Amino acid sequence: MKLREIAHARAGDKGNIVNISVIAYNQENYALLEEHVTAERVSQLFASLIARPAERFCVPGLGALNFVLHRPPSESVTRSLALDGHGKTLAFVLLNLEIGLADSAG
Amino acid sequence: MKTVRIGAGAGFAGDRIDPAVDLARDGRLKYLVFECLAERTIALAQLAKRQGSSSGFDPLLRTRMEAVLPFCRSNRTRIITNMGAANPQGAVRETILLARSLGLFGLCVAWVTGDDVLHLLPGHTSGDPREELVSANAYLGIEPIRECLRKGADVVITGRVADPSLFLAPMVHEFGWSLDDWQRLGQGTAVGHLLECAGQLTGGYFADPGYKDVAGLDRLGFPIAEIDESGAAILTKLIGSGGALSVRNCKEQILYEVQDPSRYLTPDVTADFTTIQFAQDGPNKVLVSGAGGRERPTSLKVSTGFHTGFVAEGQISYAGPGALPRARLARQILENRLHWIAVGDLRMDFIGIDSMHGAMLSQLACEPYEVRLRAAGRFVEKCDAHRLTQEIESLYVNGPAGGGGAVTSVRENIAMDAVLIPRRSVAPEIGLEVA
Repeated sequence: MKLREIAHARAGDKGNIVNISVIAYNQENYALLEEHVTAERVSQLFASLIARPAERFCVPGLGALNFVLHRPPSESVTRSLALDGHGKTLAFVLLNLEIGLADSAG
Repeated sequence: MKTVRIGAGAGFAGDRIDPAVDLARDGRLKYLVFECLAERTIALAQLAKRQGSSSGFDPLLRTRMEAVLPFCRSNRTRIITNMGAANPQGAVRETILLARSLGLFGLCVAWVTGDDVLHLLPGHTSGDPREELVSANAYLGIEPIRECLRKGADVVITGRVADPSLFLAPMVHEFGWSLDDWQRLGQGTAVGHLLECAGQLTGGYFADPGYKDVAGLDRLGFPIAEIDESGAAILTKLIGSGGALSVRNCKEQILYEVQDPSRYLTPDVTADFTTIQFAQDGPNKVLVSGAGGRERPTSLKVSTGFHTGFVAEGQISYAGPGALPRARLARQILENRLHWIAVGDLRMDFIGIDSMHGAMLSQLACEPYEVRLRAAGRFVEKCDAHRLTQEIESLYVNGPAGGGGAVTSVRENIAMDAVLIPRRSVAPEIGLEVA
């Protein structure tokens, strides 16, 4: 099952940092997020874009995880040559993550 | 219990005008706040002002003010905005002239300056000798805005101020919160942070058909917060406006552009969003409470702008059978002809294939019907930037078969970095003028 089936996400930016929040549609699935969407897996997923491992902040009260991605200094909003210099489209990379559960969990 | 209604009239410089007009007319607002100043905007304004090609304030100032001022005057709604950009005093003069032409005599318009700290950073560099420091603006907090409100300003126009402070200042003014009441300042900052991107709270940047459906984005209503003296607020929007305001929107927006949610730093407070609570209180109505706060940081963040030269970009499309091989051939031709550009200063992508996330993350299931080749490069000299755009255009005649729809552009680039400076070295100033 893809993460998108149990969670929604939003990407934001500050300089060369992109943050992606991942929020469980249902609070009871928050534990699944904590278990399956680890900083290690997210670092692996975004390996081609980040300069150091992703940080993960847990906000159980919101059923949410917040990931902070550090891009290289040349890849900030105002320095990048990329079409999406902000990284606004990156939330959907994370939602496409396979979390290895049967489809019924949603 | 006393409550204060604050509306968000814009979430970025180019935002829609009509949602703010609706709020000014029908929102029963005490305050209407326009957040229009992105990181880079102030540096671009500074540069334009220096070159004499602009007044240095937001180019849409007059349009926005003209649309809302008459309603705000008759509804006794005060306006707070950072549309002053690199010239808040010039923006005040422009607003005064406009107010007089609209017959709004007696309107009191105030400016806040002191955010420009370029003189405090002599010799500051980005580390790249080719880049020139052109602007340095400290993020000011609530205090100068509160002072303007105390002196009776109907309109307050600032330069660089922390976005949530634009909203927190009227709360502190109305409720008389102490400047070290960290819990209330933290909760008020949370409300300000939720409102600062306007439509992003009410259904913008949210819809995902089949997963998160939102109706009426073409007539999206901007948010209103009705705040009580504890800082708790009801978030809502005008009845009949498009969009949707749910707990889900709020959760996404409270974490937007946040790193550590337990330490959200502003000039006013170290806010803690981890204890925040949202509760749906009816259709398009969400109750927010419970955010916390600790002592404010001792330093202020300064946004520094560096002139980095020029960025050139060009695109051309290939379509139908063999679109991708022809686009790849075009790329090869460009690479050969642009070999003089340093590695790292040239980037090429295939739009529709890998331009968003790079080859590693982009999976192609089948041949695309059409592909758009994009090349972008950075240059010290403008004439070199034009050499890239000429190479894109010459692909029409000298490149693969069937290249179409080429577009090119060259722009001056400003890059933004951030540094911290001691709070005591920054001295905000205010002034008032009457129409």
